[in-house]
Amino acid sequence: MIGFNIVPLLPELFLTLTAMGFLIVGVSQGNRSTAVLTWTACLAMVIAAILLLQISWEGQTILNGMFVLDEFSGLFKLMILIGLIISLALSVDYLKVERMARFEYPVLVMLAGVGMMLMVSAGNLLALYMALELQSLSLYVLAGIHRNSPRSAEAAIKYFVLGALSSGMLLFGISLIYGFTGSIDFEVIRNTLDHAQGSTPGITVGLAFLLAGLAFKISAVPFHMWTPDVYQGAPAPVTALFAMVPKIAAFGLMLRVLFYAFLPMSGEWMQIVYFLSAASMIVGAFAALAQDNIKRLIAYSSIGNMGYALIGVVAGTPEGAGAVILYLFIYMMMTAGVFSVILCMRRQGLMAMQVSDLAGLSRHSPMMAYAMAALMFSMSGIPPLAGFFGKFFIFLAAVEQGYIALVIIGVLSSVVSAYYYLRIVKIMFFDEPADPFDRGMTLEKRVILFISVIFVIGFILKPNPIVDSAMAAAKALLL
Amino acid sequence: MDAVLNIGIGHFLTLAGIIFTIGVFGIFLNRRNVIVILMSIELMLLAVNINFIAFSAYLNDLTGQVFTMFILTVAAAEAAIGLAILVVFFRNKGSIEVDDISSLKG
Repeated sequence: MIGFNIVPLLPELFLTLTAMGFLIVGVSQGNRSTAVLTWTACLAMVIAAILLLQISWEGQTILNGMFVLDEFSGLFKLMILIGLIISLALSVDYLKVERMARFEYPVLVMLAGVGMMLMVSAGNLLALYMALELQSLSLYVLAGIHRNSPRSAEAAIKYFVLGALSSGMLLFGISLIYGFTGSIDFEVIRNTLDHAQGSTPGITVGLAFLLAGLAFKISAVPFHMWTPDVYQGAPAPVTALFAMVPKIAAFGLMLRVLFYAFLPMSGEWMQIVYFLSAASMIVGAFAALAQDNIKRLIAYSSIGNMGYALIGVVAGTPEGAGAVILYLFIYMMMTAGVFSVILCMRRQGLMAMQVSDLAGLSRHSPMMAYAMAALMFSMSGIPPLAGFFGKFFIFLAAVEQGYIALVIIGVLSSVVSAYYYLRIVKIMFFDEPADPFDRGMTLEKRVILFISVIFVIGFILKPNPIVDSAMAAAKALLL
Repeated sequence: MDAVLNIGIGHFLTLAGIIFTIGVFGIFLNRRNVIVILMSIELMLLAVNINFIAFSAYLNDLTGQVFTMFILTVAAAEAAIGLAILVVFFRNKGSIEVDDISSLKG
């Protein structure tokens, strides 16, 4: 037991034990405890974040290299916890109104959160796989948590089948990498590749399979088929969770795999990521034009946004990685605000999920309409809002490395996608008003929307703390 | 004759590759029953296990076998969750035909 240090694992351990405790409470108290448990889960995540901030982020490696806590994984975990807290807070009211308040909900979110936090800390391929599966298995169940809704069940089944397929491909890639490098440890793989001076076909094929599996998780084209269906079918707060958090974790994983373990093979993976990025941006921009369902629209928009974030990966520099982290954080904050509005779209007790249902929002609830308009302007990348800076840093990193063509595709597709973001603004302000929504926003939605809008507008005033910590995290990764 | 009987790492990798491909095709070409998809997923994971075991023996390294144990465990959990989701789907739709999983599109 000498030298067995579990301190860097404390946030994860705390969340896991709390989730298990919740199961006991849930079994004895039944589903009426759901609201209390959900708020307690938020509190537990705040405590986990505080624990995380107390631990030193100075590149600690424990469990024989399986678990790494450095500035990179620390920052990602903080982002994941913020996203989870927001999505849990957004779900409390919805669960009650839809009569689907099951006590498993906060437990599953917490376990998915533990999986995601372990993902960004993974130091070898086994830890990567186990963490990814813990996350995925919890999310499959969450997609189908509304048991009486055929759409929710269908979303769950689609997500499960395609997710399992992607895990299979990821595993096949891992097995080839293990066979041809002789190790599953990132550090050993990197040293092996460094000494080998160029890779064998076996490793290249393995890396391609691994990347295909990861591309599924971040829903990059051509592995995006599940995204629109799952976003549309899953209950709205679960969609909010899907849109905000798992992609951050998958990006963290991807950055560590590509920028640390497989850096010597950057020539090979760059071509794949280049293609994924360009295809995601184009499909995300054009496919969203034809969408009427707002959750489907957000799904295509998130596909496009993952394409932009991938540009930073293609750049392959610390600036590129830092820009990716920054972009993901800004995207998460904007999505949080958008979903706090979407979750209010309810008429006669049913969710009204068409884009046209937003018509006349500026008459009934002008504050909500102005907030949504600010978020939409930010999403389409109009300065001086936060979304512009996210894209700006990404494009800057790519231009510095000479990927002009990719940046041009990015700018053009962001012009195309501005159409559907601004269409929402037009519908809210200038279309014939529809009936007002059932009731105003609940307190937690107001708070989240307020924070999100303040972040989007105020980012330009004090960007340095966020930009600096993103860049520092990227440097820690690329040492 | 010796080349046929002398089974090496290449044979194992070919076998695993073939089984994996059958699994992938089973998911995409199957138009009848979701249970068949679950079986195909299992087939893919087992192909990966063959790969790991073969490499483990070839490299004289235990990691591959440890990894296989983990995959077997996760595969069991995955099958349990897949079947649970399938039961929920069946309760809602009264069918597990692949063609009935089509109300969400656009």
